[in-house]
Amino acid sequence: MNAPNKSGWKPAMNAERRKDTGTVTGNRALMLEEPLLFEIGHADETGVDLPEPAADAPNRLGGFDRTGRIGLPGLHEPEAVRHYTRLSRQNYAIDLGLFPLGSCTMKHNPRLNEKVARMPGFADVHPLQPVDTVRGALEVINELAFWLIELTGMHGVAMSPKAGAHGELCGILCIRAALEAKGDARKVILVPESAHGTNPATAAFAGYEVEDIPATEDGRVDLEALKKRLGPDVAGVMITNPNTCGLFERDMKAISDAVHAAGGYVYCDGANFNAIVGKVRPGDLGVDAMHINLHKTFSTPHGGGGPGSGPVVLSEALSPFGPLPYTARTKDGVVHLIEEEDADAFSAEHFDGKMRSFGRMTAFHGQMGMFTRALAYILSHGADGLKQVAEDAVLNANYILRSLEGTLHAPFADSGPCMHEALFGDRGFGGDLSTLDLAKGLIDEGFHPMTVYFPLVVHGAMLVEPTETESKASLDQFIAALRNVAERAKAGDESLKQAPIHAPRRRLDETQAARKPVLAWEEDEAPAGQPAPSEQGGR
Amino acid sequence: MRYLPLTDTDRSEMLATIGASGIEDLFVDVPEEARLDGPIEGLPLHASEMAVERHMRRLSKKNLAAADAPFFLGAGAYRHHVPASVDHIIQRGEFLTAYTPYQPEIAQGTLQMLFEFQTQVARLYGCAVANASMYDGSTACWEAVAMAGRVARGKKRKVVLSGALHPHYAEVVRTMAKFTEDEISDAPASLRPVPDNDGLIARIDEDTSCVVVQYPDILGRLPDLAAIAEAAHDKGALLIAVNTEPVALGAIKSPGELGADIVVGEGQSLGVGLQFGGPYLGLFAVRDAKHVRMMPGRLCGETVDAEGKRGFVLTLSTREQHIRREKATSNICTNSGLCALAFNVHMTLLGEAGLRRLAAENHRLACLAADRLAKVPGVKVLNESFFNEFTVTLGQDARAVVRTLADRGILAGVSLGRLFPGQDELADGLLVTVTETTSEDDIETLATALEEVLA
Repeated sequence: MNAPNKSGWKPAMNAERRKDTGTVTGNRALMLEEPLLFEIGHADETGVDLPEPAADAPNRLGGFDRTGRIGLPGLHEPEAVRHYTRLSRQNYAIDLGLFPLGSCTMKHNPRLNEKVARMPGFADVHPLQPVDTVRGALEVINELAFWLIELTGMHGVAMSPKAGAHGELCGILCIRAALEAKGDARKVILVPESAHGTNPATAAFAGYEVEDIPATEDGRVDLEALKKRLGPDVAGVMITNPNTCGLFERDMKAISDAVHAAGGYVYCDGANFNAIVGKVRPGDLGVDAMHINLHKTFSTPHGGGGPGSGPVVLSEALSPFGPLPYTARTKDGVVHLIEEEDADAFSAEHFDGKMRSFGRMTAFHGQMGMFTRALAYILSHGADGLKQVAEDAVLNANYILRSLEGTLHAPFADSGPCMHEALFGDRGFGGDLSTLDLAKGLIDEGFHPMTVYFPLVVHGAMLVEPTETESKASLDQFIAALRNVAERAKAGDESLKQAPIHAPRRRLDETQAARKPVLAWEEDEAPAGQPAPSEQGGR
Repeated sequence: MRYLPLTDTDRSEMLATIGASGIEDLFVDVPEEARLDGPIEGLPLHASEMAVERHMRRLSKKNLAAADAPFFLGAGAYRHHVPASVDHIIQRGEFLTAYTPYQPEIAQGTLQMLFEFQTQVARLYGCAVANASMYDGSTACWEAVAMAGRVARGKKRKVVLSGALHPHYAEVVRTMAKFTEDEISDAPASLRPVPDNDGLIARIDEDTSCVVVQYPDILGRLPDLAAIAEAAHDKGALLIAVNTEPVALGAIKSPGELGADIVVGEGQSLGVGLQFGGPYLGLFAVRDAKHVRMMPGRLCGETVDAEGKRGFVLTLSTREQHIRREKATSNICTNSGLCALAFNVHMTLLGEAGLRRLAAENHRLACLAADRLAKVPGVKVLNESFFNEFTVTLGQDARAVVRTLADRGILAGVSLGRLFPGQDELADGLLVTVTETTSEDDIETLATALEEVLA
């Protein structure tokens, strides 16, 4: 069953191998093959006009002068622009269509935010300029910090963490610092099964032992199991809410109360905050620390894997332990930047001497370029718009869940509405077809696949997150495409094993990449398709 | 609300499909006492593009942009000219709005770029393998220390830090080491014309997992990396070299060439811009490919597709948090993909010839500035060697001088008092940085102003 559309065009059903790819250039119509920079550039070619150094130029390099060749090819500007523009065309992106990666939250990237971040007053200022010359930048940090605290119902916020996982580390270090301040050396962090992989890695990196807490049949934290495990050795719990099954943890307050009663703290992974922003304040649920992925909830571009930004909101109990630098508006209305040199004096004056920062997590103030974008996003949506963001994100996800639950196995369809993402499993697929085959089939339908094989609690998991920036028409198109591929998978259509056939590349050999890693270009490399000499010898 | 395309009609139809009577039906799992009714206090209603832009512009005007002043700041963040085409390319939606390349068949643009980037960084650093970037130089520095601990299998717990490591980098390492229970061997920075290589070497012993040395160091001097590497290797320790100014490597020998085992640094100089400290670009490389499975972060590798065509994938992910969870080499998940692209494009435009000329121009102007400032009464140039930044002593607290000059519209440099709080013996030091964006007039303006202020 193909998805009909108005033009009568039907996506290809059968996987025909494109045997006739042989053109001189490898290019075909608008599909452009692009060699590596190292194959087209030259050491003496440059796209920047710079003077040749004079023979009698001064030299104070202390005898460390570079003598040999570095091996960095250059291109003139037209060639460089063409190289990267051609490469760009081999990428899927949110600008091209729905990007339903569950738990990753890919939403439209407003271009106003890009314009704002590039204003010279933000883009062209140095992190160590005298504070009187960066008052506006500090105000941005402070204004954003203020709204993050308001929206989460928390007490303070550490702005410097560079991404979500860095924020997790920040939160766990605050917990450890708070416990140590009480002389309480606890060793264990509890992490539910449905948590992001970063959660256990973070706890381990901060020096904790990690113990799993199972999920209930309906996809939530098993409260009774959690209560049984709590004790004087448990420093805290890391919970994702809404969780990675797409569900709201109904017992969140009871979980927090139990953890607090046992002397621990609650870390909430805030990666999915976009589903509840303006609707629920995590502080009201007893959360002590939560990172906010500004790039997800407040929409900053995630350019092929980053940068991110992960400010951490903190409860009253944890606020004094946050990392430096710290930015705060004082009673006089002035925004202060507090670094190591004035931390003690500031604490004495404004925190009754209670501020005991655990230290510094990064060289400078965090992701300023993300702060300007996030603030622009918050002001653009306002109080009414942010609430609408959560509602539309949840509405879109539930629309997908209900439209597809008859087609795909939806393990938690009876567990209540999903929040921002809908979870499906591979039950009922025919032949030996897998979730991966379905995902690759979706590529031929013109969509980026959803998150696959995560969360681990569901076999062959598919986690679909449409976000609030998709129209109903785009959701309907996606639903039709996914239904089409799912029906093929259920019917055991083995041609799905060949998918994708219309992408810039067919399925890539990931096993070879891992067994014989080639991680940098080398001069002697053989042309594509032929084994390079060093591959036989191993690199 | 221009970013939200659903209409009220859409919403009603969709709720009907779901079988919900209203949107609140979809929030039934949120306990009632935790639901927010009514507006978010104090936050205005949604604002037009024009209104938001006006607000943000007003805030931006309260900052003194580097381009609007004679500018001499560095210390881990450098102002360089970035060709216009760099920003143009990173704003192409296919790069800007792509995610982590989890589906390689439709992410070859990002993946090929990362492969090129890894190759550029490895060559610049004189290393075998570089990763696909980290948050910034300071966090990459900590990750290198953690990796050295893994290489030593936790049997060596001492981390020797050079006193001339960027103090913020050192502070990040100290902060994290408190939690991993590594022992930090620290020494205070001192205002010597040459780095104390012997003092550093004397601190290396059999229990040392790694030695961390900045090159060029925080005072702009060039430490003898080869001698330190030899001493570290003699005791079975790894040498971690930290570079905060990659442009320098167009003029000086690479850390890998001098024997560093792990080379990390800040890539912000190429393509990224100052941005008040972030986002920046952490670079990470290992000299010997045998260490690759101990590395943190993402790696892009070459392979072939089902038709035998060359393609690229993220690889060796069994080291990573999404597979190994608490046994992962790092908890890092996000990298700095877009900043890596900016670096990749800028480096491609420069090429080897351009990078060498850029480095030579930086050094020429820095020499000019050092000679001119040396003529200012009361000013002494500390360094015997430097690349594009050097330290001068002013005979009085440099923080006050910097503030006075800022009032005159001159951003004079980074006072060591700000960088090293509590180390009063460094307080009269000023770190001065010169790049190709500094004009000879700027240098004269700074020198003249210093003559007046110090008189």
